[in-house]
Amino acid sequence: MARICAEGLRIEFPLYHFGARSMKKRLLGAASRRVKADAQNRVVISALSDLSFTIESGERVALVGHNGAGKSTLLCTLAGIDEPVGGRLTVEGEIGSLIDPAAGMDILSTGRENIRLRALYRGLNAEQTAALEAEAGAFSGLGEFLDVPIHGYSAGMSIRLAFALATAVQPQILLMDEWFSAGDADFMAKAEVRLEYLIKASEILVIATHDMDVVKRWCNRVIRLEAGRIVGDG
Amino acid sequence: MSFQPIPSPEHYISIDAANPRHAERALSDLRDGFSQWRLALALARLDLRNRYRGSVLGPLWMSLSSLIMLIGLGLLYGALFKINLANYLPHLAVSLIVWQWIAGFINDSCATLTSAEGVIRQMRLPYTLHALRVAFRNALVAAHSLLLIPIIFLIFRQVPGPEALLAIPGLLLICINMVAGGLLLGMICARFRDIPPIVANAVQLAFFVSPILWKPELLGDAMVWMAFNPFYALLETVRGPLLEGGGPLLAWLAAIFYTGVHVVLAGFLFARFRSRIAFWV
Repeated sequence: MARICAEGLRIEFPLYHFGARSMKKRLLGAASRRVKADAQNRVVISALSDLSFTIESGERVALVGHNGAGKSTLLCTLAGIDEPVGGRLTVEGEIGSLIDPAAGMDILSTGRENIRLRALYRGLNAEQTAALEAEAGAFSGLGEFLDVPIHGYSAGMSIRLAFALATAVQPQILLMDEWFSAGDADFMAKAEVRLEYLIKASEILVIATHDMDVVKRWCNRVIRLEAGRIVGDG
Repeated sequence: MSFQPIPSPEHYISIDAANPRHAERALSDLRDGFSQWRLALALARLDLRNRYRGSVLGPLWMSLSSLIMLIGLGLLYGALFKINLANYLPHLAVSLIVWQWIAGFINDSCATLTSAEGVIRQMRLPYTLHALRVAFRNALVAAHSLLLIPIIFLIFRQVPGPEALLAIPGLLLICINMVAGGLLLGMICARFRDIPPIVANAVQLAFFVSPILWKPELLGDAMVWMAFNPFYALLETVRGPLLEGGGPLLAWLAAIFYTGVHVVLAGFLFARFRSRIAFWV
């Protein structure tokens, strides 16, 4: 059973490589709550502080809040990329991230080579790789372009391939940053069907969004973030 | 719609900031990284292919430039040191080519993590993978030049005895250092952006103070001091077996000692700061 459990979760981004001394004076001079100095006197941005929540299997969670409220940071933390400096986080279940579907693509390689590369990233065996190649190749509808370097793709074509690759794997926990929207009308319709399938088959969905229609249509729980803290849950 | 998603591998994340289990998680990073060596190798080959995209000779340029450098430096320094070529060129070939491998790696390893920023910020992957990628990439480049060594040996009828097999553990020591160095330099250079130019300067200096152009025997009694130079020790574990019937014991002990220190240091810093890397790149 998939489950996400966070207790007192705290994430801080240290600001390196920006000439901390002068910036420190400028930023810390104003009475700021989120830009502060940590124990070693570095300038840090307190992205998330003291988050506690449990997401059980079956929950469809929308993360809402203004820009900079910490929605994407929270997704990155759940995906295991950013590590918390305080608190505890347990994520049980296979994670599928649609945060940036194009991550890890090599623009000088062909579509087919990119599919194989992605299979390696995911640690798939030969049989699964062949399945992924057939699946993603067919779904992206690239046809003969599959053997052209994606450097030569139009923006829509590379998004189609990225989407096909990112959604070919069924995760237990699906993380999304904004509802996917790209490609022409035909592809959008196809993508919607597939996303719907993916979401229904996953046990947990966490989506960061500004779109209230998406929230109403897909989610059964809303976590509202403000300045890195949870201000509403339910 | 006939849509059969492929089952993805298991995932389980458990992070407790109060009990970070640094060593355990660093070890599992290493284990996962090595188990994905195929991906590291594929990425390394991709790097090379992209670097030489559209070039006719491709990576053979590496062999060619090594060859030209060997001939040029061989003729000049052979005359300067008054050593005949049959004696000098095999020494220079092994020293220079292994050195180019090490030096190229050191400079490249500064960007181990910074150049993988896009992947690190988007995907959960073992950091060891990036170190392996750089090690593979440089080993592939070096392989093109290493081929010159047997050719030079054949030309000058320099046939090493069975002790040449000792070069294999020597190469292995170099490879161990490269995985450790990829992590160590990669982390330091990701955190402190002034380090790469310092490293580049240090590597240049090391070229002249290590016995590459010159033979260590030229130092006479001062040769024992060479053991303090880790590059000499590492070079000797390959050059000794191929050229000098095994190489001095002192050099071997020094090479093993330096490798041990390097691995422990890299391992310690990696375990301690692994969780911060994503914020550094």
